[in-house]
Amino acid sequence: MNGNLDALTTIFTEFYYWVTVVFMFLIHVGFCMYEVAASRRRNHMHTLMKNVMIIPLVTVTFFFFGWWIYWAFPSFPFGGLNFGAGTANLPWADTMSTNLGDHITGVFWAAFLLFSWTAASIVSGSVIERIRSSALWVHAVLIGSVFWIIDAAWGWHPEGWMVKFLGYHDAYASGVIHAIAGGYALGVLVVLGPRIGKFAADGTPRDIPPHNPWLVTIGLFLIYTGFWGFYAACNVPVISPEVIGGQITGTTWTATNIYLAPTTLSAITFNFLMSLSGGLMAAYVISKGDAFWTFSGGLAGIITASAGNDLYHPIQAMIIAAVGVVIAYKMHYWVERRFKIDDAVGAVAVHGYAGFVGVVIAGFVLWGAPSSPYEGYAAINPLGQLAGAIIMFGVLGFLPAFIVSKIQQSMGVLRIPKEIELQGLDCAEHQAYEDAVHAIGEADKAQLNNA
Amino acid sequence: MSTIGYENWAVDLANVGAIYPFQGWEIPMTIVGVVFWLAWHRIQFKRESADLEEAGKLADKEKVAEIIDRY
Repeated sequence: MNGNLDALTTIFTEFYYWVTVVFMFLIHVGFCMYEVAASRRRNHMHTLMKNVMIIPLVTVTFFFFGWWIYWAFPSFPFGGLNFGAGTANLPWADTMSTNLGDHITGVFWAAFLLFSWTAASIVSGSVIERIRSSALWVHAVLIGSVFWIIDAAWGWHPEGWMVKFLGYHDAYASGVIHAIAGGYALGVLVVLGPRIGKFAADGTPRDIPPHNPWLVTIGLFLIYTGFWGFYAACNVPVISPEVIGGQITGTTWTATNIYLAPTTLSAITFNFLMSLSGGLMAAYVISKGDAFWTFSGGLAGIITASAGNDLYHPIQAMIIAAVGVVIAYKMHYWVERRFKIDDAVGAVAVHGYAGFVGVVIAGFVLWGAPSSPYEGYAAINPLGQLAGAIIMFGVLGFLPAFIVSKIQQSMGVLRIPKEIELQGLDCAEHQAYEDAVHAIGEADKAQLNNA
Repeated sequence: MSTIGYENWAVDLANVGAIYPFQGWEIPMTIVGVVFWLAWHRIQFKRESADLEEAGKLADKEKVAEIIDRY
């Protein structure tokens, strides 16, 4: 670090990302609460552990190779792998360790890692009560440490080929996190099939209500809170035009989005709240006041507006959020009835459809705006955004999930046996719990009688 | 043509103000937003009235007593 101003900027940036990481932990807490609340009592412990173990599995794999993918893949396959940038982010690089000369790699890695957990957790919720945990954990590693980070390298990196050639713009990850995770969840669900009893013999879907609506509420509110941190984490908090090294002239420092194009924390705060509100209002109306869908709609509203929330006007963010929520809600029930898809928490709709729609809408509303501060990049445009949404949802989301799920199915390791599904995944633990309660009760009574 | 008024970032940020799309349309956008908000209230009043009317028809003394006991 050269001079006090550089030192302060670096330490501020380090602390800024660290705070966002702590906030984003609440996303995972919220997802765990939400999933447990949505599951039935006989499946609680397995549902919880399935999601909790995403944390270590995605963390270690993201350390081993996920982070390297982000730096090596921006031009691939149209250019070569960037081994130069990748090398500094390999697990044996000294920058990936305790290093007084590098204050940023650790916190930046962690911010991306928390996005990885989110992507995996989105998939986890949709498949509860019938997927084998072992199978889900393979999917968690694939979505969390491989596929989402490839899409981040392509469409969420200042040098990503999708940004350069398509003008892809997705500032707060409508596509790069949500559309891909929703598409991935759908790919698994198509192969996995619905829970027993979800559909009547004539194909009519049955509602499987959450066992605890209040836990659903708290879970979703915690996800909102973590989402604040996620938004902040998507920005570079302060940077000079000189360091960006692009077309920006003058000496005015700025906050930027992930593409190093200017925005402000104030702008995204406006837009986060207005899109949350537009989503909640639209969801309340369209779902006729259903609490589950209203809270999910708040999330879907933010997700829809996220692609352009670095640039939108707050009223635009509100309206775009409302539009996305209506589409996502209608799509959920149409797909459920038409294709007999049992998405236990509406993840495909809230993340996948809303994210897809959000990316496409941004192409129209931000048409012609620069996607990057660097020269020679395509401007934001509807076709580029549509192609980007298809790549996120379909090519990197649905397709690999479908293929891997088919392989798991053919090996007999995708779904739990029918009798276990009926008795509940926690049956053995419940029995052990009852036995333990009985045994300790008997022991205490024996002591009492001997006293 | 760019909806935000800038086709590239070859600018001095000291001279840049608003960068949202469709500048100049703030008042129409506000009208759209206010209509959305007011329409929401209108829909909710109508829907709640219908819901309350429907709920009133379901009222049965024994069931209500059970509900009261359940607290």
